[in-house]
Amino acid sequence: MVRPITPFLWVLFSAGGTIAALLFPVHLFLSGLAFPLGWLEAPSYDFLHGLIKHPVTRLYLFVLIAFPLFHWAHRFRYTLYDVLQLKHLSGLIAVLCYGAALAGSATVAYTVWNIP
Amino acid sequence: MPPTVTLAVTRYRPEQESEPALQNYEVPFRKDWVVLDALNYIKDRLDGSLSFRWSCRMGVCGSCGMMVNGSPKLTCAAFLSDYFPGPIHVEPLQYFPVVRDLVVDITDFMRKLKKVKPWIIRKEEKPLAEGEYLQTPDQLDTYKQFSMCINCLLCYSACPIYGLEPSFIGPAAIALAQRYNMDSRDEAARERLEILSEHDGIWQCTFVGECTKVCPKNVDPAGAIQQYKLTGAAHWFKSLLLPWGTK
Amino acid sequence: MSAEVHYTPYHPKWYRRRVSVWWWLQKGSYTTFVLRELTSVFVAFFALVFLWQLRALVQGQEAYAHFLVRLRTPLFLTVNSVALLFVLFHAITWFNLAPKAMVVRVRGRRVPDWIIAGLNYLAWLFLSGAVAWILLRG
Repeated sequence: MVRPITPFLWVLFSAGGTIAALLFPVHLFLSGLAFPLGWLEAPSYDFLHGLIKHPVTRLYLFVLIAFPLFHWAHRFRYTLYDVLQLKHLSGLIAVLCYGAALAGSATVAYTVWNIP
Repeated sequence: MPPTVTLAVTRYRPEQESEPALQNYEVPFRKDWVVLDALNYIKDRLDGSLSFRWSCRMGVCGSCGMMVNGSPKLTCAAFLSDYFPGPIHVEPLQYFPVVRDLVVDITDFMRKLKKVKPWIIRKEEKPLAEGEYLQTPDQLDTYKQFSMCINCLLCYSACPIYGLEPSFIGPAAIALAQRYNMDSRDEAARERLEILSEHDGIWQCTFVGECTKVCPKNVDPAGAIQQYKLTGAAHWFKSLLLPWGTK
Repeated sequence: MSAEVHYTPYHPKWYRRRVSVWWWLQKGSYTTFVLRELTSVFVAFFALVFLWQLRALVQGQEAYAHFLVRLRTPLFLTVNSVALLFVLFHAITWFNLAPKAMVVRVRGRRVPDWIIAGLNYLAWLFLSGAVAWILLRG
């Protein structure tokens, strides 16, 4: 039955987790350490600006940001239940977590849609 | 003086105390003894009032599960020499209500086990004249691992989710449901999926993985649960996109 | 006697120990599990940093330059280093656990776990290389 939405949320969690596992280490290493510290030559503004105009890049960026946010939402929600034993606030926690992920995803979608 | 080892055993006598208390016993240390042997020595020679469950003493009945030094173990498989010089802490199985001393109540699990219908269900039984159900070794291989479960409940004691939320259906019940779902003779996978997709079913599991670590029969309940999550998710999408094809 | 026996789930004399809030500190594997779950916070953190970078890129050269300056501050460099460690921890635990969920059967026999995990690691290497190649070109 379609009614329990948990399987769908779990799929989002899995997809987000896989994307984060496969792509975040390299992106984080380059953008967060190698480029700022000058270990490797950072791409120029013009190059990046040109790159993001491409529709494939736009889709890539959306997937790269939106899915991991949902991965966080699902995982963090259960962490709050189990570690902090906040199960009695389950409704509020679910709304806050998935709501935040939705807000983030909407922002990404809006941004990539409106790239000049 | 022959070597001895101390067993620090949790006692709980509801008629005389409201909280469990620790009691120390000095038992002979023999290289071939397991904790169960030590407990039986205590009951025979030192303190006949000690209550605990045991049966086969060889790791197939699942009766003698207890916490040994904080880890759920079958006491018939926990050698004293592994814990020497001790003291060895023996407590009742974690996350279950304690009835007396080392005896816990497992009605909750029995209820959950029944809920998942751990038996072959067919839409129509084959008539006797048609002979037995045939199964290839490969078909057997798909569920054999999960059939090794002896219901010892060590996995429940290792699962923090079960400890925090006793309504969680738990590793063994799900593994046993999978054992029947994957059996080629069974036709009730959909039925069990509805039961296990409920609020306290498989989706409560966060893959801590402790259940698989403590299982004495290598059932790998954590693996069973993750596989089942995939099946459940696939079914969810199928029923969404092809509602007519999921009868 | 044909009276039906009813077992009541709650029994006042049975002892029930309450699970401590610190349950996850009592065992090494539990603590590792919680750390693994907390990697999601750093995943979300980096997703937001990436979003910030994207928006700065779109807003123009000055905005992007300002973003780069912020990224070079000791605070951000430290947080990013810690985040990288947690994200790596996430990746490694994720790939190692993937075979548990993805059971592939070839000709009736189950593909061994290390092959599934290995394929994940190969994909990781390939994709990381591809991303690095693209970004290092400009």
